[in-house]
Amino acid sequence: MLLSLAQTALPIGISGIEKRFGGVSVLHDLGLDVAAGEFLTLLGPSGSGKTTLLMIMAGFVRANAGSIKVDGEEIVTMPPHKRNIGMVFQNYALFPHMNVFHNIAFPLKQRRVSTAETAERVERALDLVQLKGLGERRVDQLSGGQRQRVALARAIVFEPRIVLMDEPLSALDKSLREHMQIELRHLHRRLGMTTVYVTHDQREAITMSDRIAVMNAGRIEQIDQPEVLYAKPQTKFVAGFIGESSFVPVECRNGSVWHEDRKFRMTAAAPSNGRHLMVVRPEKLRVIAGEPAGDVNALPAIVGDVIYQGDSFVCYATLKDGRQVTLRDYCRSDVLAKLPAPGEPITLGIDAQDVVLVADQ
Amino acid sequence: MSLASASLSHAGRPDGALNADALRADARRESRGLLALLSPGLLLVFAVIIVPIGWLFWLSLFDEAGQLSAANYARFFEQASYIKTFVTTFKVAFVVTGACVLLGYPLAYMLSQLPRRAAGVCLIFVILPFWTSVLVRTYAWLVILQRKGLVNTWLIDLGVIGQPLPLANNFAGVVIGMTHIMLPFLVLPLYASMKSIDTDCLRAGMNLGASPAATFRQIFLPLSLPGLASGVVIVFVLCLGFFVTPALMGGGKVIMWAMRMEQTTSLYSNWGAGAALGVVLLGVTLALLGLFQWLLGARATGVWSQR
Repeated sequence: MLLSLAQTALPIGISGIEKRFGGVSVLHDLGLDVAAGEFLTLLGPSGSGKTTLLMIMAGFVRANAGSIKVDGEEIVTMPPHKRNIGMVFQNYALFPHMNVFHNIAFPLKQRRVSTAETAERVERALDLVQLKGLGERRVDQLSGGQRQRVALARAIVFEPRIVLMDEPLSALDKSLREHMQIELRHLHRRLGMTTVYVTHDQREAITMSDRIAVMNAGRIEQIDQPEVLYAKPQTKFVAGFIGESSFVPVECRNGSVWHEDRKFRMTAAAPSNGRHLMVVRPEKLRVIAGEPAGDVNALPAIVGDVIYQGDSFVCYATLKDGRQVTLRDYCRSDVLAKLPAPGEPITLGIDAQDVVLVADQ
Repeated sequence: MSLASASLSHAGRPDGALNADALRADARRESRGLLALLSPGLLLVFAVIIVPIGWLFWLSLFDEAGQLSAANYARFFEQASYIKTFVTTFKVAFVVTGACVLLGYPLAYMLSQLPRRAAGVCLIFVILPFWTSVLVRTYAWLVILQRKGLVNTWLIDLGVIGQPLPLANNFAGVVIGMTHIMLPFLVLPLYASMKSIDTDCLRAGMNLGASPAATFRQIFLPLSLPGLASGVVIVFVLCLGFFVTPALMGGGKVIMWAMRMEQTTSLYSNWGAGAALGVVLLGVTLALLGLFQWLLGARATGVWSQR
């Protein structure tokens, strides 16, 4: 059974990685553990160092310090052609002077695999990425999505221990990109190789990953499962980068949380005394009538704009201190019937279990 | 009522389409306008290229007595000196092109790998001689290579050789001088094509298990071949018609096609024979260009995808 990477998936242990370009520090004492068979995404804005980290893992960029271990074996000084790590490049980097078959056969040729076995394995890889019968095509005769699939087939045909992907879907249009996200996810489930995926698209990261490492300015801000990352961001950066957020300033005094003159209920433990920010997700807010009951906190506000978006609507409201918060809800008929009107004073409610605080930087 | 009659009149027309005649007339007007704009250029090409070449061809058909004959062309097969010149010309062109490839490929490779600013400075050193007169450069080589020139004096002073090496006024001198002059013609297109090779392709090669040497052989080299081919064609074709350097550096021993032409017309005033030489050179050059075109166009992609 070829292309059954499950047995060969290996864990990666990264620690103490430092990288400077000229005098500019790009990665600071970076550590990261990837479990065998895991799909881990490095997510961050451009310049956060995520691609540099990937290049260091592949061996194209030399770190100034640090260690990368694959299954306990140090590879940080190993030349790239000996690392046995598959990689899908952002621009695919297919060899323009070879046809599809020879592109995919390239890694097998380097490993002196016999002609018959090469043909068989290339055929199977083509089948896996749904390009059966296109082996004789020239690269410039392929569409963007097909090139993407060839690059993927080439990166996995030699059954690498680890696969790295550098924003592989960024050149595709939206619908194809969403389709390929699902397909990559299926492929990963089927083959089970340890995958490190780089993207700046938070929705893509959430859709595909087992875990996401959010990077900012050369550091990992938080690494968690997508749902934990979304529900319990630990820093303002993570809360702002993953999903939409409004921030409401609150103050902690001796284990209780205050916004203006209202005491807020929260299920999580209150943090240390001082100023904090409450992360408010648009879908966690709702309009309530009268005073809040039970575990619901109230935020009085004035309605600004109400924007109808077909399946849902967005309401921008201004709090007493002038801060703007966003509310989003689906257009069910009962909601549509009492849509807030601009200029109207309303009370926004948020459940105690949805109150998440981050440090105010 | 008016609507109905309008649709009727469309149906009644032979072409049946709205404004078809007017649009066709507009297209004709546009092509006439473009032709009028092109005409000065076309006239110039006709006057300074087509007419003189036709005249050259016409002249080559008359012998010294002014009679229509094929004598000028028959001479190529009958006179040994003509055949010898022809062979010398191709020999020089081959050797110079080969020397340019051997020197130029590593040079272009280095330039393509240097950081942008360093590459810019080095490129100036490649282009600088390009802007200097061929005559000046050839005399400079004569000074360097002659019996009591720089090279021979140094080598004798260092005790490497006892007798001065014959570097000027012979085949070697011609090759050295011409290689220097031709090198930029090879390096510049080659550099451009190397620069356009995607570095990610080379990274992908190594990532997929090819050693640096294997990556160079299987990816960089084939991708740089189109640039190399165009450089080779330019150098080879320029060599075939080269005059100044072989005339000065050959010491009268290396007679190339262009020198033969000059002798025939200015020394012997035989315009018919000179014209025939020109026609044959033009024909051979065009045939070579056609051959290269065919090799590159039809083969390049196919050959390398087989590997």
